[in-house]
Amino acid sequence: MTPAHDLVLVGGGGAGLRAAIAIAEIDPRLRVAVISKVYPMRSHTVSAEGGAAGAIRPDDSLDEHAYDTISGGDWLTDQDAVETFVKEAPQELLRLEHWGCPWSREQDGRIAVRPFGGMKKMRTWFAADKTGFHMLHTLFQTSLKYGSVDRYDEWFVTRLLVDDGRVQGVVAIELMSGRVETITARAVVLCTGGCGRVFPFTTNAAIKSGDGMALAYRAGAPLKDMEFVQYHPTGLPFTGILITEAARAEGGYLINKDGYRYLQDYNLGTPEPKPVLRSMELGPRDRLSQAFVKESEKGRTIPTAYGEVVHLDLRHLGARVIDTKIPFVRELCLKYQNVDPVKELVPVRPVVHYMMGGVHTDMNGATPIAGLFAAGEVACVSINGANRLGSNSLPELLVFGARAGRAAAEYVSSAREPTHAVLAQGTDEAHRLNNELLHKSSGRERIATLREEMQKTMEQSAGIYRTGDLLKKAVGTLQQLQERFADVAVEDRSRTFNTERATALELSFMLDVASAIVNSALRREESRGAHQRTDFPVRDDQRFLAHSLIYRQPDGGSRVEYLPVTITRWPPGERVYGR
Amino acid sequence: MAERITLQVARYRPEQDSEITFQEFEVPSPREWVVLDGLNYVKDRLDGSLSYRWSCRMGICGSCGMMVNGEPKLTCATFLADYDPGPVRVEPLRNFPVVRDLIVEISDFMRKLVTVKPWIVRAEEKPLSQGEYRQTPQELDEYKQFSMCINCMLCYAACPIYGLDPKFIGPAAIALAQRYNLDNRDEGSHERMEILSAHEGIWGCTFVGECTKVCPKHVDPAGAIQRYKLDVSLEWVKSFLMPWGAR
Repeated sequence: MTPAHDLVLVGGGGAGLRAAIAIAEIDPRLRVAVISKVYPMRSHTVSAEGGAAGAIRPDDSLDEHAYDTISGGDWLTDQDAVETFVKEAPQELLRLEHWGCPWSREQDGRIAVRPFGGMKKMRTWFAADKTGFHMLHTLFQTSLKYGSVDRYDEWFVTRLLVDDGRVQGVVAIELMSGRVETITARAVVLCTGGCGRVFPFTTNAAIKSGDGMALAYRAGAPLKDMEFVQYHPTGLPFTGILITEAARAEGGYLINKDGYRYLQDYNLGTPEPKPVLRSMELGPRDRLSQAFVKESEKGRTIPTAYGEVVHLDLRHLGARVIDTKIPFVRELCLKYQNVDPVKELVPVRPVVHYMMGGVHTDMNGATPIAGLFAAGEVACVSINGANRLGSNSLPELLVFGARAGRAAAEYVSSAREPTHAVLAQGTDEAHRLNNELLHKSSGRERIATLREEMQKTMEQSAGIYRTGDLLKKAVGTLQQLQERFADVAVEDRSRTFNTERATALELSFMLDVASAIVNSALRREESRGAHQRTDFPVRDDQRFLAHSLIYRQPDGGSRVEYLPVTITRWPPGERVYGR
Repeated sequence: MAERITLQVARYRPEQDSEITFQEFEVPSPREWVVLDGLNYVKDRLDGSLSYRWSCRMGICGSCGMMVNGEPKLTCATFLADYDPGPVRVEPLRNFPVVRDLIVEISDFMRKLVTVKPWIVRAEEKPLSQGEYRQTPQELDEYKQFSMCINCMLCYAACPIYGLDPKFIGPAAIALAQRYNLDNRDEGSHERMEILSAHEGIWGCTFVGECTKVCPKHVDPAGAIQRYKLDVSLEWVKSFLMPWGAR
């Protein structure tokens, strides 16, 4: 029998679990399912380190948080969404406190906050430097008390079922048994996170293959602002492991090969011994990553076997601050880099970290397709614009996870039952997965080869600086890779936990997402936030104060439209840091 | 140091194998490589059918626990160079049913975790408008280490009691129960105690402390178990002295 639910949430990270709890609290009679390709506590939210922004101090205000977010996003943010976000963020963070999240505290027991990049006030809540880990485990453990939430742990969603203009369920593989199941629902909420793995060097976990973006794209939903890919300025070379911005918020310096705090040469302020908000090392991530490239072009970075690096200097903070405020940084540096930040410089370089773009949604997580919602990194509500500020993504997944959950529950109350046609779609998909993909051992293309070529293409064309020529070339290369994928080999014919089939499906998702990124980037002939075109070096509000919406065409190609940005109270202006 | 190292990897495909066999692969072993890098090398270049779990490769998601030369390890945090000149034997975590190659079945833990009620239990929830529950850094320190558990299952693989008596609720679940018991926002310790003391497995724990030794996050489940035993004993004594109820 086909399993049927009122709502299916795809993804069990922060956004998915927050949505599940919201739905269970609204109406425990609603049958909710969380389908995740990993056990929920393995989700990538677990890796977030630095913190979660929410204005609570008397010297802070919602408007200031909004302005920092809007200017940080180079005015590509929808200001109504940002206003909603900053208003609800502190409440959501507080709710998590009531659920047991071990937030770091002041001596008197109140919530502590720390500075963060691009933020003019201290408003970043943190649980040492394992904020995402603690948030995820708090959400997961809290979700266990709601009996109405069913879980499909280690089920891999391969397709959305669409008929009659509305999404009515999914097809998924139970990895353990290899069984393919059609799971119907009156609404589906995508909470699958980002797609950093389309690039070779990323902080993102192996599971971040843009599944939800590709699922929505294939179902006909537009992806928005996909050209905006965030490079975090401080990743460890070789592994790409993130060294949190909190390291700079606590007072760390970025220095070049001469020991010079080079950010002062890039219009980011003048160096002070102590951290200054919205200045120098606490500038926004796009500007810091761009400064690294310029510094490297001047020959002032340090060559290593794994690329050019600069140094993060934490030595002056001392062991006590490092061990209480950023202990994970020390643990990671010791383990993976063999350096002790208490005594040594930490080599770092920019690393792909976050996707500003995603499935186009409104403030309630609703996509243009009826019955399809999205929240978290997979979605683009447009609070991050052209560059997300550090510590806005964790509150984003809470605020919009909850909103999407509530909106989907509301939608379901009047939505019709799934049609018979989707069951036939499910049968077709099962045939594709079992008969085609599992009998591909004669294919000639290795999964890893195609993946590596895609990743190399993305780094060369859609990195920190881009040009039209290379993007055009990348469009062609990705198309060839799509064609070659049709001849991919899957050697593993077992149904039991067949990770090779799953890997092939992930690659196919990534190829779609990669193509959406380069096609969107090619058409945006300006430089804004994380999208820097050397052939169009200035921001062009006349033509491009607008979101790109990319649609998949029936022939596999794409079509890009533009949607004006929503401006409420903050007209586009200059981004000013350090003065 | 050798440039390559031999992995002896456990293989088990239930459709075709009646028991676990070992397959040898030679992989590069630069200084930076962890055991997981070796496995990924095998999967990408030598044998795409090798199955194992992994995700964050920074020691926080808890997916990639395996036995490495007989010890439970996170393979993303265990360096090949430390086993030079090899070979390195990689097997599925001990004490769990093996599903396929290096993948074990952990749903037993998932069921047990729910039974200890790992969430804040309160008679009355304070409204959000009244702000946060106060918790000083000292109060946070009371339970903090137990909140660091990443559910990687290394402690279950190391636990001699769990190996003999699968009904034993196990180190991580007890540590997580204590994580909430010791949180000053929580009022659920009585409920949890009833659940924890219902099974005698916990009394079988002889404080060998294998769980604490293998924990990659320096949680001390053995300490949690000893403290919990003491709490239950005191509770028992109190109920004996005060038969009308030990609240």
